[in-house]
Amino acid sequence: MIAFLQNIGRTTLAFLAAIGRLALFTGAAVRWTVMPPYYLRQLGRQIIDIGYFSLPVVGLTTLFSGMVLALQSYTGFARFSAEDTVATVVVLSVTRELGPVLAGLMVAGRIGASMAAEIGTMRVTDQIDALDTLSTRPMQYLVAPRIVAGTLCLPFLVLIGDLIGVFGGYLVGVYRLGFNPSVYLSRTLEYLQFSDVTLGLIKAAVFGFLIALMGCYHGYHSGRGAEGVGRATTNAVVSSSILILISNYLVTALFFG
Amino acid sequence: MSTRTTSAPTPKIVMQGVTKSFGDKQVLRGIDIEVAPEESLAIIGTSGCGKSVTLKCLLGLLRADGGSIQVDGTEMIGAGRQQLEQMRRRFGMTFQFGALFDSLPIWENVTFRLRQQQVMTRQQARDIAAETITQLGLAAHVIDQYPAELSGGMQKRVALARAIADKPEMLLFDEPTSGLDPITGGVIDSLILDSVRRLGATALTISHDMASVRRIADKVAMVHGGVIIWCGPASRMDDTGIPEVHQFVHGLADGPLTLAAQAAARGD
Ligand SMILES: Nc1ncnc2c1ncn2[C@@H]1O[C@H](COP(=O)(O)OP(=O)(O)OP(=O)(O)O)[C@@H](O)[C@H]1O
Ligand SMILES: [Mg+2]
Repeated sequence: MIAFLQNIGRTTLAFLAAIGRLALFTGAAVRWTVMPPYYLRQLGRQIIDIGYFSLPVVGLTTLFSGMVLALQSYTGFARFSAEDTVATVVVLSVTRELGPVLAGLMVAGRIGASMAAEIGTMRVTDQIDALDTLSTRPMQYLVAPRIVAGTLCLPFLVLIGDLIGVFGGYLVGVYRLGFNPSVYLSRTLEYLQFSDVTLGLIKAAVFGFLIALMGCYHGYHSGRGAEGVGRATTNAVVSSSILILISNYLVTALFFG
Repeated sequence: MSTRTTSAPTPKIVMQGVTKSFGDKQVLRGIDIEVAPEESLAIIGTSGCGKSVTLKCLLGLLRADGGSIQVDGTEMIGAGRQQLEQMRRRFGMTFQFGALFDSLPIWENVTFRLRQQQVMTRQQARDIAAETITQLGLAAHVIDQYPAELSGGMQKRVALARAIADKPEMLLFDEPTSGLDPITGGVIDSLILDSVRRLGATALTISHDMASVRRIADKVAMVHGGVIIWCGPASRMDDTGIPEVHQFVHGLADGPLTLAAQAAARGD
């Protein structure tokens, strides 16, 4: 019994300590992001890595999601003889929800993992300590560019993903379900509001921030050796995916209406 | 090696009673070290006794649990970030396993700190890098390669070049000659000596290589069980009367430093 309580106590303490450490890390990361010097070359590298090289993954994911969405909503809405809402359903689901969440999860797998692995390797091989000895703050040199790049690139990726997803819906709608192309297009735009798109982009920025933060945090606090880096990578992907889903609800609820 | 008088008023580096634990394993139990200006101190001790941890505590890369660390008379334990950064700027350090930035070519590695501190053209930086690494017996064209393309010994020398490129006044070397052939090791020894004798640097070197210690060190300190068990002029190393030092210096298999005793001293 005592052992059981001790265990709970220890786990709770460890959990609170982790929260505290994460909060401190986040504060420091944000602070050092706005303070000079700015490492623009690092930023450029990250932007290319996150923004450009994630395009294929995000494009494929949203393309097929848009396609399957058109099929599924057709099946559903045909039961109410409401087939002509398919275009609207596709565009609203993609921009408000699927675009950001799917892109976020895919990028979390791709970028969150590579950030944690890279920074974790730098930690266990003393490269982070070496930065400190070479008049460079690791927070500014490593973390800040990644966070800025993540926050900037995800909305851009999601915007492109939205277009591709809607295009996927259009392909299925026109070539498989036999909608008239111009009717499908006008239906797509008819009920779409600017706020639907901005909601998706705000989400994307939040997700991008969280992905980079988790990748950097877990890499930075990586345990020793290859095992430590492996664990950091897993934790980065898992925690950023969970945070994406939680914050997705929170942001949606905040802007609900 | 001639022993110089070490009666300088303020030592460059003073560590007093520095302690450090990881979890419930106490690695340092009160390290006392004093290094005078332009002095070369070698730290010796069995593997895992806490030599690397000592250096990292000195620069604040690891936070010491207790004790006092003074650089030029300024207390560094509990010092603010800015003070710590200023202090680190005066040191050049190499790490036991190189710690080169593997995303950057050699010339950017070597001139990393120089380019943080002053504006210079690419060409100037490359020239400095080439000049520094040729001093260490590497070919100049190496500057365009990446760390992963170099052998372990070459990486070691690049790391050394990075530490000395802007001629810092204090140098910390963690096993600079381990894993090198004796000739290259000799080149590095003379580079360390040269930095101390000619450029007036203060050096603190961890080494397992007794021949190298005899060449470069004015003073030797031996770590055992988390404390310094002996510290004195290098020339007195052979007749300390302390069995652990005797065994280590002469590399004897028999003596108090059995593997079991070492593990016990580390608290494993
Ligand atoms: N970050 C760390 N976390 C936990 N334990 C550590 C850490 N760094 C070092 N240690 C432990 O501290 C002890 C001393 O390590 P250190 O690297 O200082 O040894 P060393 O004297 O440099 O040995 P070697 O000659 O083999 O390099 C070791 O037992 C090591 O396991
Ligand atoms: Mg060591």
